[in-house]
Amino acid sequence: MTDASMHDAAPQNRPASLLTADARTRRRKAAETRFRLMGVAAISVGLLALVFLLTSVLGNGFGAFRQTVVEIPITLDEAVLDKSGTRDLEVMKKVTTIGYGKVIQKALEAELANRGIDTSAVKAKDVMGLMSKEAAADLRNMVLADPSLLGQTITFNAFATSRVDGFFKGRVTMESAKLDSNISPEQLQIAQAMHDAGIIETKWNWGFLTMSDSSELRPETAGLGVAILGSAYMMIIVLVLSLPIGVATSIYLEEMAPKNKWTDLIEVNIANLAAVPSIVYGILALALFINFMGLPQSAPIVGGLVLTLMTLPTIIIATRAALKAVPPSIRDAALGVGASKMQSIFHHVLPLAMPGILTGTILGLARALGESAPLLLIGMVAFVKDFPAAPPQGLMQPATALPVQVYQWTQRSDPAFVERASGAIIVLLVFLLLMNAVAIVLRRRFERRW
Amino acid sequence: MSAMKLSASAIAVIAASATVAMARDNVQVAGSSTVLPYATIVAEAFGENFDFPTPVVEGGGSGAGRKKLCEGVGENTIDIANSSSRIKQSDIDLCKQNGVEEIMEVRIGYDGIVFASDIAGPDFALTPADVYNALGANVAKDGALVANAAKNWADVNAALPAQAILAFIPGTKHGTREVFDVKLLEEGCKATGAYDLFMAASTGADEDAKKKESVEKCLELRTDGASVDIDGDYTETLARIAANKTAVGVFGLSFYQNNTDKLKVATIDGVVPSVESISKGEYPVSRPLYFYVKKAHLGVIPGLQEYIDFFVSDDMAGPDGPLAAYGLVSDPELAATQAAVAAGTPMGPLE
Repeated sequence: MTDASMHDAAPQNRPASLLTADARTRRRKAAETRFRLMGVAAISVGLLALVFLLTSVLGNGFGAFRQTVVEIPITLDEAVLDKSGTRDLEVMKKVTTIGYGKVIQKALEAELANRGIDTSAVKAKDVMGLMSKEAAADLRNMVLADPSLLGQTITFNAFATSRVDGFFKGRVTMESAKLDSNISPEQLQIAQAMHDAGIIETKWNWGFLTMSDSSELRPETAGLGVAILGSAYMMIIVLVLSLPIGVATSIYLEEMAPKNKWTDLIEVNIANLAAVPSIVYGILALALFINFMGLPQSAPIVGGLVLTLMTLPTIIIATRAALKAVPPSIRDAALGVGASKMQSIFHHVLPLAMPGILTGTILGLARALGESAPLLLIGMVAFVKDFPAAPPQGLMQPATALPVQVYQWTQRSDPAFVERASGAIIVLLVFLLLMNAVAIVLRRRFERRW
Repeated sequence: MSAMKLSASAIAVIAASATVAMARDNVQVAGSSTVLPYATIVAEAFGENFDFPTPVVEGGGSGAGRKKLCEGVGENTIDIANSSSRIKQSDIDLCKQNGVEEIMEVRIGYDGIVFASDIAGPDFALTPADVYNALGANVAKDGALVANAAKNWADVNAALPAQAILAFIPGTKHGTREVFDVKLLEEGCKATGAYDLFMAASTGADEDAKKKESVEKCLELRTDGASVDIDGDYTETLARIAANKTAVGVFGLSFYQNNTDKLKVATIDGVVPSVESISKGEYPVSRPLYFYVKKAHLGVIPGLQEYIDFFVSDDMAGPDGPLAAYGLVSDPELAATQAAVAAGTPMGPLE
């Protein structure tokens, strides 16, 4: 180390040897060390926050991917489920889930007696309370889909209620059950006995990704199906609309537009729009797409359009940067060998700028995927149970989105939804990571530097 | 590059989807976050047992829901607004202005509002007077109005725990706050004599103006941090109590019933809040829950009439139904409501 190159050096104080540092050198070194430490501290704080977030989300959320299932044989009694014996679907539909619930209750009681599990400590209703209320609906749908099952004995899988599920995941304990109005320790003892007998089991639950939302009475059956579908529909709309519009705008502004007051104004506005809070776009969408154009509420098409508006500035800015990064010599060479302006852009400039454009687009899409505020105003923050159909009709049918589902589940009173909200965050994070990874790969593989 | 082609196909897709028949075949509901869980339970069961699609239920708050209901008639407006407080004249006027002439008012049952604290903490036995003396901005002391200086609950009432006063109450955008104001603060204000002092000090022109001013004074809360407004949901209040073990929070009865392992409920006037004590009228802090139906949509939106019939049916809203299991106090006059819903009786003017 030497300060010979420093123009404000003070040579009269220079020590006899270069190997012994004088006060000033030590000060400079100390300053550098302090700066390094500050940098390390800043990164550590960030990392700590990330670790805290990830541990809390992963710790809470992994449970959502596993679910406790009860497996019992059920004899589908013809006399109860199809009194007329005609197998006429319209007549069979008259038997509601309440009727099917009784069939399940009978089968469950028989199976417990068969396995020698003592249920005398609780009421018959409470034994049934171990099973999800969805079970009856599942069985009804199964029978209505295939009436030939009537009269047979089938092995029926149903979810256990969220409290029983929580017991096997450690969220509910005998102590908390004593205070809990939804489950009693006696019920949990029966559940434990069923577990020991092998008719209750906690297993991997694809349903979390494929099933739709559920009411607060049955959190165990809540899934992300509708939300994933809704998010996918919106992303398709955003991609199909914002990429061509954004690229066309950028090419015009970057390559063709004259530099004057108007284009300056447009540029400033695009840069400002990129920073406008997303809720503002929601208000715009409500006024324009729903109230003025009459598009339906809660529909992915409106969500897709509003997210397109929100993503466009991001894509335009990224695309213009990518176009700017292509050296002028490429354009000059193309023009020099007789290409038209259009040919030079589409044959030479755009292909070279493509990796940058795609990276910007994917990052814009990732931001749109995580957006929930504008969806609040267009009715997508809602309880949607039915799956939307395939596009194009499905685009007009109600759906939700992934971040919206997280928001909704955190508001519910049943503690089981906390776990599912964290699970949904994990799914959202995985999608975001995948999109960012694709962006990085594209940049690494195709980007050229001059 | 096929940017042009992409744009063209995109526009084609939009055009194609715009020509898809716009007829909405699902019921659209929005409004109170207190009614939301009940409405989703009914919607889920409705979708399961009927051939109609499951209704779409949004939250957003009672006031916002009623405003949306009054936006107009047509398939891109909602059919039903859930509300945890009664509709206001201003809403009805807005409805009229936008062509929504007839609205049906359906009372689905009652909901209790409870004070609850951390499960490990001491018991609270409150009265409206205690609540007012703990949280009101100005309280009556020795026949004069003084700024509230109580630090501990024991300062308010020697029978209460010697624990610093910290209460999380619903923010003003919640329908719950209205009940809190009327049933606890106003009652407590009258019981402690503060109301009479406000009346005496009031400078209003006539008796009505004086009463109005005094009630407003009664609803003023202390601003020294002992009373904290929560604008989020009950989950936020629960999280705040988990962080401040000595705090007391205001919850809906159904929320408390789902979290009995974390919360300890306070009695009001010596009555423990429960579905039974509220339906008997013993527990004082309860309120009716409503939904409002746009009559012009009946017969236009498929399943709307069936949904509202199903909502108030004994299977759903009755004392043994799933709504009661979740915490709704069923309405003793449910039969009258069922008849009114079946007949499609629109609501009369507010009294």
